[in-house]
Amino acid sequence: MLEIRDLHASIDGVNILKGVNLRINAGETHAVMGPNGSGKSTLAFVLAGKPGYAVTSGQVTYDGVDLLGLAPEERARAGVFLSFQHPVEVPGVRLDQFLRAGFNALQKSRGAAELDPLKFDRLLRQRVKTVNVDPAMTKRAVNEGFSGGEKKRNEMLQMAVLEPKLAILDEPDSGLDVDALRTVAQGINGLRTTENALLLVTHYQRILNHVVPDFVHVLVNGRIVKSGGKELALEIESEGYDKYEQPRGEALPSPA
Amino acid sequence: MTSIATAGVTPFAADLDSLERDGFSQDPQWIRALRKDAMSRFNSLGFPTARRGNEEWKYTDVRPIAQAPLRLARAGEAPEPTASDIAPFLLGDGSWPRLVFIDGFFNRGLSTPLGGQEDASVLSLAGALHSRSATARESLGRLAPYASHGFTALNTAFAHEGAFVHIPDGLTLEKPAHLIFLTASREGHTVSQPRVLVVAGAGSKAAVIETYGSLTGAPYLCNAVSEVAAGPGASVEYYRIQRHSEEAYHVGTTQAALGRDARLDSFTLDLGGALVRNNLNALIDAPDGSCALNGVYLATRSQRVDNQVTIDHAKERGTSRELYKGVLSGRAKAAFHGSIIVRKDAQKVDARQEDKNLLLSDRAEANVKPAFWIYADDVKCGHGAASGRIDEGSLFYLQSRGLGEEEARNLLVQGFVNEVIDKVKRPSVRSHVAELVKARLKEL
Ligand SMILES: Nc1ncnc2c1ncn2[C@@H]1O[C@H](COP(=O)(O)OP(=O)(O)O)[C@@H](O)[C@H]1O
Ligand SMILES: [Mg+2]
Repeated sequence: MLEIRDLHASIDGVNILKGVNLRINAGETHAVMGPNGSGKSTLAFVLAGKPGYAVTSGQVTYDGVDLLGLAPEERARAGVFLSFQHPVEVPGVRLDQFLRAGFNALQKSRGAAELDPLKFDRLLRQRVKTVNVDPAMTKRAVNEGFSGGEKKRNEMLQMAVLEPKLAILDEPDSGLDVDALRTVAQGINGLRTTENALLLVTHYQRILNHVVPDFVHVLVNGRIVKSGGKELALEIESEGYDKYEQPRGEALPSPA
Repeated sequence: MTSIATAGVTPFAADLDSLERDGFSQDPQWIRALRKDAMSRFNSLGFPTARRGNEEWKYTDVRPIAQAPLRLARAGEAPEPTASDIAPFLLGDGSWPRLVFIDGFFNRGLSTPLGGQEDASVLSLAGALHSRSATARESLGRLAPYASHGFTALNTAFAHEGAFVHIPDGLTLEKPAHLIFLTASREGHTVSQPRVLVVAGAGSKAAVIETYGSLTGAPYLCNAVSEVAAGPGASVEYYRIQRHSEEAYHVGTTQAALGRDARLDSFTLDLGGALVRNNLNALIDAPDGSCALNGVYLATRSQRVDNQVTIDHAKERGTSRELYKGVLSGRAKAAFHGSIIVRKDAQKVDARQEDKNLLLSDRAEANVKPAFWIYADDVKCGHGAASGRIDEGSLFYLQSRGLGEEEARNLLVQGFVNEVIDKVKRPSVRSHVAELVKARLKEL
């Protein structure tokens, strides 16, 4: 489904990703783990098409097309979803209206019927149950005044509504207490199918107890330095990232 | 036509003389005296064109008005408008009391006045000067000072046509009073001078909506003055919906005075006008008065919109809230000048003012100037001001959910103004405003 080959990306002239290789098939869950600043969010943003990042070399193919050539909304319409590490507050825009706009944009691009507010409301109420959020949240402005936990749940709700083929979840666990973590994890698991794939970015192993990955990759200094099965996450849990962060006699990132 | 001198005897003085001999001759003596005094004030004040030492008009250059070959509009100079001409400006279910003015003149056929002596009334001012002379006299010209305000002086000098809204003590005006002021003359350079007097008695409730608009593409000046007296415990909703053509000049001054425990909820919407200046002054002259003065202004091309809002907390425990938001594109310029005065007796006042602007182009400009004069020591005052572009991070967030860039931008702009529109108290006005804003945003 997704193939990342030798991806190099920079922002403001600083090289962040320095040759990422990753292949994800339908039905798989991949975890990308790494210390702060290793480039996890950068990878997620580059895949979702956030402006400001320069891809200096490498390719990303998604379902046979050049993902990097698509505008962010085209990627979303093709089934790519990014759950933000820091979801954005959108004052004055009600969550249900925002979600309907997104849902209908996707429907339209696929030649499927758009839903009127009433019909969409029915769908939304059902998805609200799947991810176990407070239905009142959908009548509030997007993320405005939401707690950290509510923001993360809201990302899961959006994912449940948009039903992506490839979901990239950037630290869906950060800042959550144990209970909130469990509901978010349940939400994620409820959305896993054999048709879609999950790229779960995390700093801590904790969430992987609930959302069990098929593969774990360790991202350090813009590169995947080790890949393995779910046991790799446990190893990192006990040993930390230190041993991967040893200088390896390579060039440091060039200054801006 | 010659242009109007900024001081000295203006052509308007002769206009007033002939009106006093003719159409105004039957008016009560007190209003004739008021007009005469105001005319002499205007003769010496002229329009506020000075660019120096003229802080109040710093951001609005009224020379285009002062130099235009303006003349008073004549009754019936435009073709008689039909019901369908005014339909786009209507609001409510048709049962609302409504007064329609064309080029400043009351149009009986298009209006549905309300009122008997004991009830709430919504009447043409020219008639009420006779039938409600005592009530009118108590407030007209008393609330809106004209001694040092040229535009107000000029309006007062011709105070005759307009609206009179009176709610006796303890009564509720069941349906909002809708006052519609349209300019229809195709000849251009007309001046219409609507005058509105709202007297809400003790414990009464009322909603008044002023709509300003054009049935013509010709340039003109609409110089409106409204006086709103809210008695003790009264609750008044006051709306201004300004939909002039982009050729029009508009100067609108509203002076409100609040009694003990009175409440004023105001919303000002500016969509049209080449040059627009709104003065909204609320005097909270008794304890426990409160007001919320909100507004939205949208401007594009070379439009100029200037909102000057002054809240004068003269007595204790008053509360005031102001939230204005502007969306500007093209070379539009807006100013927001919010003044809050907290006088010595006004302890425990809680005042908050906020103005935010969204700039959709590089050449659009917003000037925000908050001013506080605080003479009491136990008060809470706060203000916020911000002008900025659409947030790129928010834009990406929306796009990442499948919204096209334009749709995402529109949603963000809409969201920006929604915060104020959501505060419009009356649902029927709120949805009307929301529709107008939505339509106008498409043209920005
Ligand atoms: N605008 C920027 N200019 C320069 N460096 C940046 C910029 N934004 C992020 N970075 C750097 O990129 C690196 C990777 O950041 P990020 O992808 O957010 O890491 P992670 O998500 O793994 O914590 C960090 O060292 C960060 O400081
Ligand atoms: Mg990150």
